[in-house]
Amino acid sequence: MPGNGTLAVEARELRKTYPHDVTALDGMSLAVPAGTVFGLLGPNGAGKSTTVKILTTLARPDGGTAAVAGHDVLRRPGRVRRAIGVVAQKSGADPMATGRENLLLQGRLYGLRGAPLGRRADELLERFDLAAAGSRLVRGYSGGMQRRLDVALGLVHRPEVLFLDEPTTGLDPEARTAMWEEIARLAGGEGLTIVLTTHYLDEADRLAGRVAVVDRGRVVAEGTPEALKGELRGDAVHVELAVAPGEVDAGLLRAALTEFAGVREVALDGRRLSARAADGAAAVPRVLTALERQGAEVAAVTVARPSLDDVYLRYAGRRFAEADGAGAGAPRTAAPAVAGGAR
Amino acid sequence: MSAAAAQTWYMTQRQLTAFVRQPAYLLITLLQPVIWLFLFGNLFRRITDLPGFGTGSYLDYLVPGVVVMTALSSSMWAGMGTLEEIERGTLNRFLTTPVNRGALMNANVINNGLSVLVQAVVIILLGLVAGADYAGGAAGLLVLVVAAILLGTVFGAMSNAIGMMVRQRESIIGINTFLLLPLTFLSSSFMAPALMPSWMRHVADFNPVDWAVVAGRGALSADPDWGEVLGRGGALLAVAVAAVLLSTRTFRTYQRSV
Repeated sequence: MPGNGTLAVEARELRKTYPHDVTALDGMSLAVPAGTVFGLLGPNGAGKSTTVKILTTLARPDGGTAAVAGHDVLRRPGRVRRAIGVVAQKSGADPMATGRENLLLQGRLYGLRGAPLGRRADELLERFDLAAAGSRLVRGYSGGMQRRLDVALGLVHRPEVLFLDEPTTGLDPEARTAMWEEIARLAGGEGLTIVLTTHYLDEADRLAGRVAVVDRGRVVAEGTPEALKGELRGDAVHVELAVAPGEVDAGLLRAALTEFAGVREVALDGRRLSARAADGAAAVPRVLTALERQGAEVAAVTVARPSLDDVYLRYAGRRFAEADGAGAGAPRTAAPAVAGGAR
Repeated sequence: MSAAAAQTWYMTQRQLTAFVRQPAYLLITLLQPVIWLFLFGNLFRRITDLPGFGTGSYLDYLVPGVVVMTALSSSMWAGMGTLEEIERGTLNRFLTTPVNRGALMNANVINNGLSVLVQAVVIILLGLVAGADYAGGAAGLLVLVVAAILLGTVFGAMSNAIGMMVRQRESIIGINTFLLLPLTFLSSSFMAPALMPSWMRHVADFNPVDWAVVAGRGALSADPDWGEVLGRGGALLAVAVAAVLLSTRTFRTYQRSV
């Protein structure tokens, strides 16, 4: 755990089990330095949202401790609530109120009043490109507008720590890009700490200064996206075999590839074969030759720079998209396909 | 304390604004009791001819019954709104702010009370136009409205508790459909107790709907039996307090289950 500067969030060994023995958190520990954008990356059901619920005082852990902005979430929930802004997965804006009314009410709950509150609301509407829509009912907002209003609601009282739980899930690509730009602009401004949960690898890669890879209720890897990818040393070579699983001897393939083709970390998963090479492009011909010798016909080959998906595969032992599909999380309406290896 | 009061007001105002912005819903809320007053008033007009009914004008008898039935039938749906707030994430958004937890619950109670008040006033005015005679005067009308608000509080709070507990629309719909008519007709809303089968009369004695009707109608009569009015009114108040406590407890349980 890094100890540089103050920590905006510090969680130790959080545990939480839901009824019917669903273990959501199994020793989740986090340390988020103040002023950074911290990404919690993991598939559905990994425990990201439960972590956010505990850190934002909505849920109580069964075990472990957590402090946000220096206040214990269990002993001083009121202090924590004043220090945080929360943008949950579900919008939560009142559809029968205007955007501006939503902002005013939110501000009043934090004790803001009168002209300063009005100015703050207008400032946020302006900043999130909602000035023209500010006096319209939220019911008529597009998905992207609602999401921008959600973020504005989380910022009304100038929080120290902003939690963004899956901020771009369900948004169309254009709105998603706009939201990314918005989050990038928030980062680093006024010493704000952002805790971002996402199950989009590219989102974490692009926005977060540090990433914790979460799997089955605990952190399996943590660091800057570059460091995490750097640990993988080299490119990923993904091969799709044109043979039925079990028709080839995995052991022989692995040996042939390591010895002849000079690639490392060979993993065979059904028809998908992954390996790692210092120079992926150069390794492809040798990989193909080695496979041909073993009688394994090849359907497709891709070479990819290391991605967080590879990080996930390495630490969680399975591909991200698989884990996402198998996740124990609640069924979601807009489950996007997460890109495989290549980015 | 003043912060809690202010927050209760903001939350109440939010719900009221939303209500007023849905004209169709608003119109139905106001039309429903009018229809009942008209339907039951005509259907049972000659019921007072029955020996032993005891009142000259059925309209005089009916107004408190419709006021109470309306309070019951509109408050029963309060849980739907709460459920929607849960599903939309609005409740959780509020729970991550420093808002006073009591303010969230109080706003529900106040809103429910205000909506019952408006409906009651509409029915009373309409009755007046149609020629009803409120012998008990302003004091009697006040007791009737307060009794209706208390009954609305009971069923509004129960409905909210059910909404937070089961989190299923179908359950609320099922329970309400099941309860509304039996609760109404196992009371003296439309029929004089003297003419009810004796078992029904005994069941009615335990029915809060009947307490509200008896208290309201009693206070509106020319010569109120204040002992009876206070007895039923007090019982209603006790049940209302219990129901609000129950829904507050359920709210705490909800917060633990998030």
